[in-house]
Amino acid sequence: MKLDPGRLTEMLAGDAQADRVVPPTGFTASLTLFAAGAMAFLAVFALALSLATARLADRWGDELARSSTIRISAPEGQLASQTQAALRVLETTTGVASARALTPEEQSALLEPWFGPDLPVDALPIPQLIEVIEDAEGFDAQGLRLRLSAEVPGAVLDDHTRWREPLVNAANRLRMLGVVSLLLIGATMAAMITLAANAALAANAQVIGVLRLVGAQDGYIVRAFVRRFTLRALIGAAVGMALGCLAILALPAAQDEGGFLTGLGFRGWHWVWPLAVPLLAAAVAFWATKTAARKTLRSLP
Amino acid sequence: MIELENVAYSYGGGELLSDISLELQPGSFHFLTGPSGAGKTTFLKLCYGALTPTSGTVRLFGADRRGMERDDIAMARRRIGVVHQDCQFLDHMSVAENIALPLMVSGRDLLGEAANLKELTGWVGLKERANALPPELSGGERQRAALARAVIMSPDVVLADEPTGNVDWEMSQRLLRLLIELNRMGKTIMIATHDLALIRAAKAHVQARVLRIANRRLQLAGADL
Repeated sequence: MKLDPGRLTEMLAGDAQADRVVPPTGFTASLTLFAAGAMAFLAVFALALSLATARLADRWGDELARSSTIRISAPEGQLASQTQAALRVLETTTGVASARALTPEEQSALLEPWFGPDLPVDALPIPQLIEVIEDAEGFDAQGLRLRLSAEVPGAVLDDHTRWREPLVNAANRLRMLGVVSLLLIGATMAAMITLAANAALAANAQVIGVLRLVGAQDGYIVRAFVRRFTLRALIGAAVGMALGCLAILALPAAQDEGGFLTGLGFRGWHWVWPLAVPLLAAAVAFWATKTAARKTLRSLP
Repeated sequence: MIELENVAYSYGGGELLSDISLELQPGSFHFLTGPSGAGKTTFLKLCYGALTPTSGTVRLFGADRRGMERDDIAMARRRIGVVHQDCQFLDHMSVAENIALPLMVSGRDLLGEAANLKELTGWVGLKERANALPPELSGGERQRAALARAVIMSPDVVLADEPTGNVDWEMSQRLLRLLIELNRMGKTIMIATHDLALIRAAKAHVQARVLRIANRRLQLAGADL
């Protein structure tokens, strides 16, 4: 069924008179509000999860793909010369934007989380690391490995694909789970609103009978119900969305040490997405009620 | 305006009505009588399109009932006022709003019709009860409210199914006078009733034809009622 936004607004702006022909029902009304609110709350988290994992996958896939590491293990005396040799090789390799050997301070900073700050790094036979940044084209890892093995026997090239790929895969899988959750949330809301609408239609059989008798067309009767449920879903989802956003804001801010979980939130213009949740909920309610009402009416004389 | 041609109707099982032909002429006044369960209500339902005949043809204002969509039937209902014995209302809306309901559902301007509504409410004697809710009305008041609702759109035909079934003699006389008045204004009237006294009372004021359903068929009853 096509959803015409113009007619949707016209209907929401409403014919207050037509709205009155369906008697108010307190209990189903609050249930519909609650269901829409709860679903919107969950939808905000599913959205945040999808967007955060998308960000992670991008970062892991993109930034890390641009950098590789060369590790040089050599006897004490040869380390410096092998490092120089490796840097020379890298300078003449196409696809390498820059390469630089990490300073001893940077190396000990990398080890600090594991061994503590007072480690006498100088006293240990630590391999030298070279950070290689690719340019847009990238380099041929296999060719570079062959050249290094010929000229710098102690060098090992690590282009990070080995550990990067499973992480990117995991992030992408999580994002897919988020999207599936959003779809399930939408479908569940449609199901709940259909049930509520069917209950309301059944409870108002007499009203529908009277309206038919005095010459109301189906569209008029359908609108009276649809307007009500669409508004309820819109209001309920708006409240649920607002609470969900507050909960997301209340999460601890993303920190370097925090890693994945604390990054679960919206960044910049992504805050627009939760605003779409109530509108989508209203659209789902509109469609679900309209379908239910049309179906019910067709079975009545 | 309403034509039935060799119409038969069955609810499954045997036929309730068969081989019925009738053409309602504009401005005519009909009584429909017959024993309980003979099919008077079914006949009226065929007349206002609530039922489709199992065989034969029903035409509402020239259109074949079989070819009519639900919305076409709704449009035809705006030209046919119906009063039931147990008339139903929207119980959460006032009597005046219920009488105005046909205007509301057909998108008429209620403010423009306010004078009309007031006059009609007075005509059926419900001026004092206009703000009451339908469940607060007596049987006779309900019938009069239903009659007012049936005629507010100024329909061509008024079909009444046992309109006096739940009210005392005096009230039934009052309802009858209202229906006779409508007939004088040019409306076609059909009243289903098994109250022969009512028919006799009407005959003094109006040229009424009496139809009887017996043995599944529609017959013109004699003048000797």
